[in-house]
Amino acid sequence: MNNKSTVAYDEYGPSPDQPRHASLTHSLGQIPIEVLASRQEVAEAELNERGVTFAVYGHNDGAEKIWPFDIVPRPISGEEWRPVEEGLKQRIRALNLFLDDVYHDKHILKDGVIPEEFVLGAETYRPQCEGLKPPGGVWTHITGTDLIRDTDGQFYVLEDNLRCPSGVSYVLENRELMKRVLPEVFQGTSIAPVESYPDALLDTLLQTAPPKCDGLPRAVVLTPGQFNSAFFEHSYLAQRMGVDLVQASDLYVEGGLVWMRTTHGPQRVDVIYRRIDDDFLDPVSFRADSMLGVPGLMRAYREGGVTLANAPGAGIADDKGVYAYVPKIIEYYLSEEAILPNVPTYVCSEPDQCQYVLDHLSELVIKPANNSGGYGIYFGPTSSRAELEECAAAVKANPRNYIAQPLVTLSTTPTIVPGGLAPRHVDLRPFVLYGKDFYVMSGGLTRVALKEGSMVVNSSQGGGSKDTWVLNGASQ
Amino acid sequence: MLCRVADSLHWMSRYVERAENIARFIDVNQVLSLGGVGVQWDPLIFASGDEKAYNKKYPDFSRENVLRFLLFDREYANSVVSCASRARENARAIQGELSMGVWHAVNRLYLRVRDGARNAEEVIANPNFFLERVKRSCHQVMGVSNATLSRDEAWQFCHLGTLVERADKTSRILDVKYFTLLPNVTDVGGALDVVQWSALLETTGATHMYRKRHGRIDPRKVVAFLVLDEQFPRSIRYCVEQAEDCMRDIASSTAPGDGPLAQIGEMSVRLNSIGADEIVDTGLHEFIDDFQRRLDSFNESLFEAYFHVPPVLPYVPDGAQSQTQSGPT
Repeated sequence: MNNKSTVAYDEYGPSPDQPRHASLTHSLGQIPIEVLASRQEVAEAELNERGVTFAVYGHNDGAEKIWPFDIVPRPISGEEWRPVEEGLKQRIRALNLFLDDVYHDKHILKDGVIPEEFVLGAETYRPQCEGLKPPGGVWTHITGTDLIRDTDGQFYVLEDNLRCPSGVSYVLENRELMKRVLPEVFQGTSIAPVESYPDALLDTLLQTAPPKCDGLPRAVVLTPGQFNSAFFEHSYLAQRMGVDLVQASDLYVEGGLVWMRTTHGPQRVDVIYRRIDDDFLDPVSFRADSMLGVPGLMRAYREGGVTLANAPGAGIADDKGVYAYVPKIIEYYLSEEAILPNVPTYVCSEPDQCQYVLDHLSELVIKPANNSGGYGIYFGPTSSRAELEECAAAVKANPRNYIAQPLVTLSTTPTIVPGGLAPRHVDLRPFVLYGKDFYVMSGGLTRVALKEGSMVVNSSQGGGSKDTWVLNGASQ
Repeated sequence: MLCRVADSLHWMSRYVERAENIARFIDVNQVLSLGGVGVQWDPLIFASGDEKAYNKKYPDFSRENVLRFLLFDREYANSVVSCASRARENARAIQGELSMGVWHAVNRLYLRVRDGARNAEEVIANPNFFLERVKRSCHQVMGVSNATLSRDEAWQFCHLGTLVERADKTSRILDVKYFTLLPNVTDVGGALDVVQWSALLETTGATHMYRKRHGRIDPRKVVAFLVLDEQFPRSIRYCVEQAEDCMRDIASSTAPGDGPLAQIGEMSVRLNSIGADEIVDTGLHEFIDDFQRRLDSFNESLFEAYFHVPPVLPYVPDGAQSQTQSGPT
């Protein structure tokens, strides 16, 4: 992927005369920029009125921010999409086998494919989960994998999110909003629907009901509460699935089962789509100081009284260090080559790779293994000398916690900016469900860096979003 | 339904109703004050029942101070701005139990009030437009609730909140106005300023309905209308009877005890068996005092029976089930 071109891949085509999606480009082109801009305003007002928000940590008031949204959609042709879909399924199948293996026989470690201490010593490895048999054998019910497109137009996996990946509610909201504000572009365009996701999610959860469940399983969504950054999503998904949104204080464990306190007395809960981290699930098994958890939950889980989705311990598979080994993991378990390539990655716990990273800091993006939301990342090319020194010190102090990647030039999509349209860098987070079978959402969440030249797309860092259109039929 | 959710549903609608009442109280007083009648602003504070909180912060009952306190004081839990944000907080926590329409309406109410708070001085100088918007936004929440919520448990808890709050506010405003107007029971029927009595009706949004039913303004009839009318939705009796229906539906589908149902039933019986003359002759204030006490006690047992979530107890492992929470049945 190196040395091909430094010009970002434009999702709409290298120039207006060479559109990649002719019919979409044409129908969008019919709309004068002033009209587009005014539709953008309508969309923003609508999001405000509908209370579509997320919270940003680190602000004094913990303020909710209105979900930032750009109305110019990001298109992907059907042909381009199919291998992505296959690649995602392959990846998640392999990561599930990996999880099962590392919490049981550890073949992959014994065979020396991944250094043992690299996995067992990881912060996200949970010894408490050793020997666990998640119901249905599923560790990762819900995955959001971050993809980017390099200058050559190839999709690469940037990172896996197997714990509590966020953003799917915004995909659904974005689509609903787009239909309201740009109906004329939808007409005559064949766009793969995304609306079935909540039903598929509910199916996935119910399919993995625990062994002790008798009768119809009851699923709930477990949220840390209103001040969590993704509370909107927790609430949205519970509502769309028609299940209860619970907090830990609503639940308790008794007789090896999980119960919720209702106006009708205690009611059983079978499947918990938990949107809180392992650490806060159960003060008995994990962090004793946590007031968030449900005491005894892990024991009930281990004994087949309840299903937790995703399974505790799954975080080891989205450790950014383990990420570097995923192509090998795929090869090891499936005897297949990875369909979706990784971005080349240097693992700092390997001394020679670490030395390379330290020698080339100013060319690389250095990431901590476990932070999410874009926190703690160093962008070598744009960092000051002081920042690079700080970064070098951090890497030397804890090499296991860092990986490094060359700066990939993310593809761009035209985006509404004051005074017109301009290219802005985007990534893509498709969502995959895994129960008895796979469900891959068509497209996913396109995040866009709203600042000129920036490649930081996280909403917590000022990024926005776009509706993603997988265009059916022949390439337009 | 989760106990926590039932609690939030109940309080969401109570806060919406409360915001609407405050807006209406202020609006009427404001309009009256323009007519040259010697209008006082302190009764609004007495009606809120929060004069202690007021006196701590404000030196006098000037129009500006009263408006600032009741509309925009964020430290005051029952100001319009506090009510709107609490209603929204509750609604946000339980969006899944609401229809989209209800959530959007509550969110809009909050946004309108927040916009007003950003121009607080302007609004205080000329509150009419803002008050209209608040009232309309509150009515939107109620309207869309009526139109889009299934008449299930969620609805019952919502509706109950509105009714309890409404009964409370009607009784308070009646009490305060009555005292202001009639310090002495023997004055009833004396030469009273019709404008003042109309204002009392207006404050409870009752003028037109009163006129349709009783025609001329007559103090005893006003009391009869606001306390005992069977059809007017803000009369105390109407609210209590409806609340009893709600409680009966809730209790028939749930396990917890009959405390709150029995209590509201008693209140309803009492309102059914008393006449306006009896109330006025033995003392409206005493009657309302008694009603308020009963309402408080109803609210407490409602909380105990349905909303209360015990604090997290220390976990006892190894199957030693010493927890006090009620077990599965």
